[in-house]
Amino acid sequence: MTNTWQDIKNANVVLCMGGNAAEAHPCGFKWVIEAKIENRAKVIVVDPRFTRTASVADVYAPIRPGTDIAFLSGVIRLLLEKGAIQREYVRAYTNAGLIVREDFGFEEGLFTGYDEQGGSYDKSSWHYEVDDQGYAKVDDTWQHPRCVINLLRQHVDRYTPEMVSRICGTPQDKYLEVCELIASTAAPDKALTNLFALGWAQHSVGSQNIRTMAIVQLLLGNIGVAGGGMNALRGHSNIQGLTDVGLMSNLMPGYMTLPNDAETNFEQYMQTRQYKPLRPGQTSYWQNYRSFFVSFQKAIYGDAARADNDWAYDWLPKLDNDGYDILRAFEMMAKGEINGYICQGFNPLQSFPDRGKIRRALGNLKFLVVMDPLDTETSRFWQDFGPQNPSDPAKIQTEVFQLPTTCFAEENGSLINSARWMQWHWKATDGPGEARSDIWIMTGIFHRMREMYRKEGGAFPDPILNLSWNYTDPISPDPEELAKDMNGYTFTDLNDASGAVVLRAGQLLDNFGQLRDDGTTSSGCWIFTGCYTEKGNQMARRDASDPREQGIAPNWGWAWPANRRIMYNRASADPAGNPWNPAKPLIRWNGSHWVGIDVPDYGPTTKPSDGVGPFIMNTEGLGRLFALDQMVEGPFPEHYEPFESPVPNVLHPKVESNPVARVFADDRAAFGTASDFPYVATTYRLTEHFHVWTKHGRMNSILQPEEFVEIGETLAKEKGIEQGGWVRLTSKRGVVVCKAYVTKRIRPLTVNGGSTHVIGVPIHWGFTGQARKGYGANTLTPSVGDANSQTPEFKAFLVNIEKTRPPEPENAANA
Amino acid sequence: MPDLQSQDYIRRSASTLTPPSIRNHEQEVAKLIDVSRCIGCKACQSACMEWNDLRSEVGRFQGSYDNPMDLDPSTWTLMRFTEWENEQGNLEWLIRKDGCMHCEDPGCLKACPAPGAIVQYANGIVDFISANCIGCGYCIKGCPFDIPRINPVDRKSYKCTLCSDRVTAGLEPACVKACPTGAIMFGTKTDMTRWAGERIADLNSRGFQNAGLYDPPGVGGTHVMYVLHHADRPSLYAGLPDAPRISPLVGAWKGLFKPLALAGIAAAALAGFFHWVVVGRNEVQPEDDAEAQRLMRDSGEPK
Repeated sequence: MTNTWQDIKNANVVLCMGGNAAEAHPCGFKWVIEAKIENRAKVIVVDPRFTRTASVADVYAPIRPGTDIAFLSGVIRLLLEKGAIQREYVRAYTNAGLIVREDFGFEEGLFTGYDEQGGSYDKSSWHYEVDDQGYAKVDDTWQHPRCVINLLRQHVDRYTPEMVSRICGTPQDKYLEVCELIASTAAPDKALTNLFALGWAQHSVGSQNIRTMAIVQLLLGNIGVAGGGMNALRGHSNIQGLTDVGLMSNLMPGYMTLPNDAETNFEQYMQTRQYKPLRPGQTSYWQNYRSFFVSFQKAIYGDAARADNDWAYDWLPKLDNDGYDILRAFEMMAKGEINGYICQGFNPLQSFPDRGKIRRALGNLKFLVVMDPLDTETSRFWQDFGPQNPSDPAKIQTEVFQLPTTCFAEENGSLINSARWMQWHWKATDGPGEARSDIWIMTGIFHRMREMYRKEGGAFPDPILNLSWNYTDPISPDPEELAKDMNGYTFTDLNDASGAVVLRAGQLLDNFGQLRDDGTTSSGCWIFTGCYTEKGNQMARRDASDPREQGIAPNWGWAWPANRRIMYNRASADPAGNPWNPAKPLIRWNGSHWVGIDVPDYGPTTKPSDGVGPFIMNTEGLGRLFALDQMVEGPFPEHYEPFESPVPNVLHPKVESNPVARVFADDRAAFGTASDFPYVATTYRLTEHFHVWTKHGRMNSILQPEEFVEIGETLAKEKGIEQGGWVRLTSKRGVVVCKAYVTKRIRPLTVNGGSTHVIGVPIHWGFTGQARKGYGANTLTPSVGDANSQTPEFKAFLVNIEKTRPPEPENAANA
Repeated sequence: MPDLQSQDYIRRSASTLTPPSIRNHEQEVAKLIDVSRCIGCKACQSACMEWNDLRSEVGRFQGSYDNPMDLDPSTWTLMRFTEWENEQGNLEWLIRKDGCMHCEDPGCLKACPAPGAIVQYANGIVDFISANCIGCGYCIKGCPFDIPRINPVDRKSYKCTLCSDRVTAGLEPACVKACPTGAIMFGTKTDMTRWAGERIADLNSRGFQNAGLYDPPGVGGTHVMYVLHHADRPSLYAGLPDAPRISPLVGAWKGLFKPLALAGIAAAALAGFFHWVVVGRNEVQPEDDAEAQRLMRDSGEPK
């Protein structure tokens, strides 16, 4: 989230699209209700199904899964056509007026630079025109035909209301009603918040779904303001923390990126990371990358990271492809290229696409270590559970180790919520039986591996042998000590501008502004610096006081970065420094300082007249309507059909789906077509369960006991399916036999002149736990991910459905 | 529930005398369920199970989100979901938390033949005192909302207590505490009625012209009230009675049959008295004694 949960109450319009906030985030949804009651807000839901969120919305519009870019591009078109944009904001704070290179273009579904063989782009034309000094050229009058706003207008011109309706199946009147409400927030004192989640992310165009909405929000002047922002509701209490500390194969902590194998030395690596300003006088905060990186290396390797060994750059792994994401890892397991797997806090057999492939891949391993508080499907993949997990253990040679772990309530630590709040939590009880903390287990593996490297040597022992491990309890480091490591220390006295000592050598740092690139500071994750200082554990703060009652609560926990609650908050004030919305100000310029209820996302004494843009991480300091080369598909979002789609891409039939998505050959062969699988399916969570965990709990199992799918009344009638009757749902990859919920909440959509039926597939049931046994939605889903993040396309794929007889035990039970 | 609050009784089942309410300073309470801000998350159901330590069976999917499918002795509150297409052709998903309404004039209490098995406190809560329950099921017949359920194991009747144990200790009911959206509120009946008015005005402004408060007069009003978008048609919400009242059978039992039966008992007693006055007491005659001896012989009883 750019904003906070509490801040949702400041919105005038709440758009729930790409997520089902009331069902997946019922506690946070209180702020939407608060916005309705206290701020007279209107709530819009755009979703393939009429959800529990829709039940409390003012407007509901249906949409075909996988067509959000078309919908939102249509919104952009209408905003531009009607002039319903916050003009002064767009002019001053976005790259609307910057001029794009002449050789940039878009034709027949492809941007310039496409390489059909490699399935990727040469992105060199996706850039601004620059002057002699290397600065981007700008035309603030927006007259230049190639300034960004004109190219954007031209790009979205195809998305007329008729076209949106034709692609998305949204009735035009509903679509226009939604557009009108969205447009109402272009006024400087009005804000729209949008709450999204995996409903946007889990598509082969997931990142671009989100990009499109970001463009809408920039045009409306809704970024950086109270009640606005781009608000990703994270699906797990610490998934924000997972991304922050870089638990992805191509990331390092604090959104630094791992080197690739072409970047053979440190200076080369730095060249492409320390972004230089693209406009005069801009902050371009990534210029400090070197300080973040060197401090990270010091946290990891301590004294062994020195200037003369390039801060141990050579000990970092170098990627030899775009990343070892989970889709790739299972592809490699299936091919026998990975044969050992430590599976920590993850249940891929139940939650990753194409379950049959996952099961085969696990069966190819030599060993599988599962660290989990629960008896997961993954740990039992080898066992025969009947049709829900058919297996012949005699044929599986994988050695499986189950290491029971404690869960969050059984250990101290921090969790990072969607709003980037780091909140400390305290152990409530001891773990059961032989459960041990993840820290204890990982530490044990580390010590044993280091011992083996010491004794036996090895191809490359340095990264393991030199790892710094100075903890009071080296067997199970205290979480507080680890938190201090993340925050970082100074190794020398730090002085302020007047020369006075601010911090003594060995003390904890106050903020990431103190990080140095000369090896005198350390920080395990630069964005966390400030979370644990000499003043104590800032994450443990529990002061709920909230100046102006605007949902900032600056002394509750600690928010990265710098305890800032609303990102880009400089944009909440006009260029002169006065709040756009005087009723809900965040910060303002008082003549010498930026003051207000939040920590300014800006130089605290940077004068408005200096013309420094509010988006300080970006090289030009501006919000990007045109994303330069930052996305793999192109600088503007474009509608591509899901890899399994019931209709052709009516915009450009030759480029149906995301042209740069990575698809493995076997996975492509496992895509079905509309002739065999005529219905669109989408997967989702229900309020009663949390992912695939809570089926282990009796109460949750009582509240949603058994696997089912949701189908509309028209389709049910066509197929002779009765309410609660048994159905057989098939995709090219697998079969699910379960009950049907025949509902009015899913209606057939008119797409491209034909009728499209949507089938809803909740994800919760598997073959372990207390609920009734289920096949799992991932039996059906395709193994293809978003081209930028490799998030699997769980939200749009093709299935067939038939009425079937109850399974045998059911017959017996009913007899 | 155990009998914690006998000093608060204002009504007691099958008792002719109104019990003296020692504590007379109690305010009437009410739970207000604002259907228009309920998201059907079932946090109230979980909280009810947790607080009262109830677990029903892991059931089956039966074609709706209502789980379990009905109230049962271990399910004292239940979300009921209704899909309804309104006059404009738009869908509405009406979600109602079902459970005891805590009627001001409780049909269950009226129907109950077991002295003290059902009581009403001065704050309006209607409570079942399990120790006194005889499991006859008359309370079910008496309830206009079809709420109480008999547990077949202990043959006692159960329903929502409005967390009378928590309320006594100054806490809100568990469901109220758990509700994430503030759809369930708790306070004095006066406050809740006033707050409902504000909510209704908001709903009116959003196009729900018939929004209103459900506090049905047929049962003297209730201590669980609903804000409904369609207060003109309560039955849209999974059959919430449009105009609930206590079954005439209960009236007949209490109003007609019970006095008749009492008259019958009185008549028998009176007849006995007059028999004693006129004829004197019954005495055993020698032939009665001989007959008794014969019966014992025939039955082979040892002497």
